[in-house]
Amino acid sequence: MNEMRLTEREDVTMAESKISARGVQVYYGDNHAIKDVDVDIQDKTVTAFIGPSGCGKSTFLRCLNRMNDTIDICRVEGDIRLDNEDIYDKRVDPVQLRAKVGMVFQKPNPFPKSIYDNVAYGPRIHGLARSKAELDEIVEKSLRRGAIWDEVKDRLHAPGTGLSGGQQQRLCIARAVATEPEVLLMDEPCSALDPIATSQVEELISELKENFSVVIVTHSMQQAARVSQKTAFFHLGVLVEYGETAQIFTNPRDPRTESYITGRIG
Amino acid sequence: MAVGLITLIVLLIGAAGFVAGRSRALTTAGGDIRKLHSLPGYSGQAVLVFAVAPALILMAFWLVFQPLYVETRVAGMIDAADIAEGSSQNLVMSDVRRIATGLDAAIGQGVLSADDLARIHAAPDDIRSRLGEVGIAVGSDIRPGVLRAAEEYRRVTGMLRGAMSVAVIGLSLAGAAFAYTRLSPEFRARNVSETAVRMLLLLASCVAILTTAGIVLSLLFESAHFFRLYPWQDFLFNATWNPQFRGGSDLGILPLLWGTLYVSFVALLFAVPIGLMAAIYMAEYATRRVRSVVKPLIEILAGIPTIVYGLFALITVGPLLRDYFAEPMGLGNSSSSVMTAGLVMGIMLIPFVSSLSDDIINAVPQSLRDGSYGLGATKSETIRQVIVPAALPGVIGAILLAASRAIGETMIVVMGAGASAKLSVNPFEAMTTITVKIVSQLTGDTEFASPETLVAFALGLSLFVVTLGLNILALWIVRRYREQYE
Ligand SMILES: Nc1ncnc2c1ncn2[C@@H]1O[C@H](COP(=O)(O)OP(=O)(O)O)[C@@H](O)[C@H]1O
Ligand SMILES: [Mg+2]
Repeated sequence: MNEMRLTEREDVTMAESKISARGVQVYYGDNHAIKDVDVDIQDKTVTAFIGPSGCGKSTFLRCLNRMNDTIDICRVEGDIRLDNEDIYDKRVDPVQLRAKVGMVFQKPNPFPKSIYDNVAYGPRIHGLARSKAELDEIVEKSLRRGAIWDEVKDRLHAPGTGLSGGQQQRLCIARAVATEPEVLLMDEPCSALDPIATSQVEELISELKENFSVVIVTHSMQQAARVSQKTAFFHLGVLVEYGETAQIFTNPRDPRTESYITGRIG
Repeated sequence: MAVGLITLIVLLIGAAGFVAGRSRALTTAGGDIRKLHSLPGYSGQAVLVFAVAPALILMAFWLVFQPLYVETRVAGMIDAADIAEGSSQNLVMSDVRRIATGLDAAIGQGVLSADDLARIHAAPDDIRSRLGEVGIAVGSDIRPGVLRAAEEYRRVTGMLRGAMSVAVIGLSLAGAAFAYTRLSPEFRARNVSETAVRMLLLLASCVAILTTAGIVLSLLFESAHFFRLYPWQDFLFNATWNPQFRGGSDLGILPLLWGTLYVSFVALLFAVPIGLMAAIYMAEYATRRVRSVVKPLIEILAGIPTIVYGLFALITVGPLLRDYFAEPMGLGNSSSSVMTAGLVMGIMLIPFVSSLSDDIINAVPQSLRDGSYGLGATKSETIRQVIVPAALPGVIGAILLAASRAIGETMIVVMGAGASAKLSVNPFEAMTTITVKIVSQLTGDTEFASPETLVAFALGLSLFVVTLGLNILALWIVRRYREQYE
């Protein structure tokens, strides 16, 4: 283990890393869900978290924008830095942090409001627009980034819940990018989508990395291989291996990674 | 044989059939339940159903149609001469029925023997006093024709009763035997039991529907009576409510409707914000432990009898509002007021609003909360901008249900707002509502057929229409809301 961590640290130069986590432990009551995880996530890259279900991928992801604070029994220890600032510091307002670290969930969850209001929700809360015209601009830009503008531009005031599953998910992505986050966390964003919608969202993720650092949890190894540059493999709450996606899939160093990739742990 | 006894016998046959059917099913399969289409218990149930259901249905029909048959038959025996001046066929028939029951009672208590009965025809006067002894008063002298009719009535009824016992018990036995002989390993007893359950449930829902229909029909019928005596335009548009004993009353619904709506409005004004905020606190802020204490405590409010709320209004709230608000502000000096009743009723309604709204807010999917928090919204922003709008249709449904409760409330109004019908906007003045006037008109000592009494039914019908409308609206909204997340 220690050896592996050392080699990793050589790989990643501190200057590029957007988020760096050290010695992260997460407990749900007595359940130790994340055990001593160290990871560095780079800017303008797609990082994939893979691993069997229940291994703690979502839990770790939710540490990065302090969504775990909303769960009473959840306790996070360790050091997580965004741009070298401790996000668990007392002075950090988790609400402000979440505007900087956006999140897209497994199931599309548009609010029961119009498409426009869904996207305008974040900018309105954080006061990002000085005028209606500016807000319109933000909404349009976000919907374009979400690759859904052309489909909805004629019905911005129709309810967001009326869209198809894939459209809803892209709307949620547009909603998340509307607050101009620096990091975008995605928790199995395609697991509720059909193959066509999935490929649209995957294409979108590749575009998003031009502007954001994207962290995506996925249970599909093909997806991780297609969209990500870096891959982290979690198993039973432990980060087993982290490295270049190509290396993880072609030449895993840890026998557990190899078994998972070849389908023996699942 | 009495109906209760017949029912008991039928049930016993059913029980015996159940036991017999169960063991027979086992025997036909040679003791191996794997060979059976249905478990032995189902075979028992099938026998039970065949023994009980047709027999009881027959009895129900018999009990409905027997009196009709007997009446028509006996009515034919009464000549025009037997119908006294100023009387009618109906009144004579009710005499016939009373004499018949009287004779039954008299013979039952041994005051009269069957032999006496034969002699009595000579002196029908005697029977009047004899019936008096067993507590049955007959108005006028009994004419021979009426007495003969009464005896025929007794005879036919007795005969048919006997026939019914035989028929019902016979059918029960036949049903049990039929099902019992059909039992075999292939017999689909499970499906029989399934059908029986479905029918039972259908029957239960029919009871509710038929009762509603019955209530509505009786209201409609009596209201129609009223509107024959009193013009509907006056009822709906007259702004005075002033019933008189000697007729010539003003029976306009407007002051009562105004009072009803005013009191309900004030009640909702208190109940809705408080109930809603309590619901939001319970659903979003309270920890599990606090919630498990607070929620039942609030619901206790719903269990307090309204008469107790009424006392509270009369003794505490009324004088308090008068002394500290109405009199200093020069708005009146009555301790009964719309405000008193509305405030107390509002307290009563809090649990209706809060409990339902709490459930509805809890039903808003967690994913919407996560979505909002994930965008950097605070808790109260999330509640105001996502949760409440998402729950709104359901909350409106809850409010409308509370409103229909408020409109139907009586006791708190009598004791809190008084009983004088007035059209006024001053909330510190005594007013009254439709329900209160229904009670006072029906319990008054005017003649039942007078418009002053019958107006109660028209008032009831109006109230029914208003609350039914509200309920339908509420159900419609709640249903639309349910579809939203599916
Ligand atoms: N809200 C929660 N409360 C309690 N335990 C949880 C909660 N969420 C996750 N866990 C536990 O944490 C562990 C990791 O879960 P999770 O992070 O959801 O795994 P993954 O996303 O990799 O499938 C599991 O053992 C799970 O039971
Ligand atoms: Mg997960």
